[in-house]
Amino acid sequence: MGCVTPSIQNSNVPKRAMPLLEIDNLSVTFQTAGGLFTAVDRVSLHIEPGEIVSIVGESGSGKSVAMLALMGLLPWTAGVTADVLRFDSQDLTTITKPQLRKIIGSQMAMIFQEPMTSLNPCFTVGFQLTETLKIHLGMNRAEQKRRAIELLELVGIPEPEKRLSAYPHQLSGGMNQRVMIAIAISCNPRLLIADEPTTALDVTIQAQILDLLLKLQKEKGMSLVLITHDMGVVAETAERVFVQYAGQQVEQQSVKGLFVSPHHPYTQALLNSLPERSHSRILPSIAGIVPGQFDKPRGCLFSPRCHYVTDLCREKPPIAGPVEFGYALCHYPLAEGVPTNYPEEVRA
Amino acid sequence: MFVYFLKKLIVVLPTFFGVTLVAFVFIRTLPGDPVMLMAGERGMSEERHVELMAEMGFDKPILVQYGVYLKQLAGGNFGTSIITKQPVLKEFTALFPATVELSLCAMLIAVFFGLPAGMIAATRRGSAFDHSVMTAALTGYSMPIFWWGLLLIIFFSGILGWTPVSGRVSLLYFFEPVTGFMLIDSLLSGQAGAFSSAVSHLILPAIVLGTIPLAVIARQTRSAMLEVLSEDYVRTARAKGLGPMRVIGLHALRNAMIPVITVIGLQVGVLFAGAILTETIFSWPGIGKWMVDSIFRRDYPAVQGGLLLIAAIVMIVNLVVDLLYGLINPQIRHTD
Repeated sequence: MGCVTPSIQNSNVPKRAMPLLEIDNLSVTFQTAGGLFTAVDRVSLHIEPGEIVSIVGESGSGKSVAMLALMGLLPWTAGVTADVLRFDSQDLTTITKPQLRKIIGSQMAMIFQEPMTSLNPCFTVGFQLTETLKIHLGMNRAEQKRRAIELLELVGIPEPEKRLSAYPHQLSGGMNQRVMIAIAISCNPRLLIADEPTTALDVTIQAQILDLLLKLQKEKGMSLVLITHDMGVVAETAERVFVQYAGQQVEQQSVKGLFVSPHHPYTQALLNSLPERSHSRILPSIAGIVPGQFDKPRGCLFSPRCHYVTDLCREKPPIAGPVEFGYALCHYPLAEGVPTNYPEEVRA
Repeated sequence: MFVYFLKKLIVVLPTFFGVTLVAFVFIRTLPGDPVMLMAGERGMSEERHVELMAEMGFDKPILVQYGVYLKQLAGGNFGTSIITKQPVLKEFTALFPATVELSLCAMLIAVFFGLPAGMIAATRRGSAFDHSVMTAALTGYSMPIFWWGLLLIIFFSGILGWTPVSGRVSLLYFFEPVTGFMLIDSLLSGQAGAFSSAVSHLILPAIVLGTIPLAVIARQTRSAMLEVLSEDYVRTARAKGLGPMRVIGLHALRNAMIPVITVIGLQVGVLFAGAILTETIFSWPGIGKWMVDSIFRRDYPAVQGGLLLIAAIVMIVNLVVDLLYGLINPQIRHTD
């Protein structure tokens, strides 16, 4: 496997010789009673080995759905299309289901939002942990047990040997999330997708879990995709950020660049609504809600909520901007907080 | 786990007491009495009637009779049949294996076909298979047992001549009952053809008796499965790269089994109720038929004893089901 040398931290340039994960124009649609619903709309994602990226967006922005589509975990009612869907130079669009099952859970693993419901209540932690070891690595019982204890230790669970016979309901949410992480990293994956891994946890536990994920990412040299709606989490962890809105990718940038100079009005609005950035007594918020299936605007999807909206925005869907504007999906991408090419008459 | 068991047991005892009362009262509300029915059409003089009733202790006030009955029960005595003069328990245990054999086979058929049908229907929700299974289940569930039994007899015994109409084994074969289970006894006898004869006698009544439980199990499995399949832990199992057999057959099924086990337990009661009709239609010499005969003869002790024993068995089965919950779902085991 042609690993790119780890001089990849300068990641403002998304395309490189040999990305670990390549997604081009991934779309996911659901056939509903009211017609076709597009949950993910032409999303592209390139992730280098050992890189940490974050996908940010509100609930319903399709960030989880895109990753579930990649893992092949969506129900059969979902229509998944992509120009390129390649993991570790394997084409996932043509792969058979049994072949995909060899990759997911071992090479590419995922942890979820709700640790309390993500583990099976009927089986012990040990059983659920050793399952992947048996299926993907073909370990015998003794090896499985040794490795399971090692994994629980690695994720910071005290008395790992005892915990093997515990059931999920006997552990706290934070502990269960550690178990989920142990399961996910059991086969040394090259890519770990964490879908809002800390949303359901206490604030103190959130920090612990994030630290654990970052520690493991560094130790194992795996790539980490962090799905979140928490800008604070993004700032602390990721190197590169993808901002998603209503199923579309509206911007991608390095974390530093994003916080200093967001290029899409939505990103700017998100950042402005962070409590720590607020200067007024009333917390700024983005008015309105994410458009649903029946109220999708004709032009830019963000136009009904956008601060800078013009007639052009309402009429015509924007196309992705150039690299220096973070591929911002906007007619007037922001530079230094000011929209470019903005019509004079509106400004006045 | 032991405390859990004790708690469940304590609930059972008052239920058992209630059953004695119901069994005792209901049979006495039927018109006629055992003496008059024994006398038959000839009838008998008023004096002789009173005399015989007194002899059997039926002249005392009903509360006293109930007290005597409870005292007997406490000593483990289920009474003696008025008609055959045999202890009720002895008659019951002699006939019980036939009913158990029939019910077990019916339940096996129901579980063996109902469980996979429900599982497949759930995983292919909305498919043609799903719709046909659910339609068939609804039909089976609504089918009156006696009519369904007669239909099968007419078709398989009458028209096709594949199976015998009644009894447990062909009269050609005779062997001493060892276990009371005809399938096992016929094998033990070593007589050629005895086993296949026993099977051919059993298959039709077992299908008839198993139809309703099959339908109920299929429907319950489907709905329980549908619920479980949308759970987060099923997604986790799939995210681990496990195959569909393991995801559905192990991770999902184990969780879906709790409501399914419940209905299987409840169906045992339905089976005994159904056995009364099925055994009557197929002249199957089990307790169902025996109960019907006893009711017709107003054999008070036999009816009371029979009802009580059947109720006890149903309660024990449900107790076992309660214990199974704990085994299947550790959460129940640990919280109770």
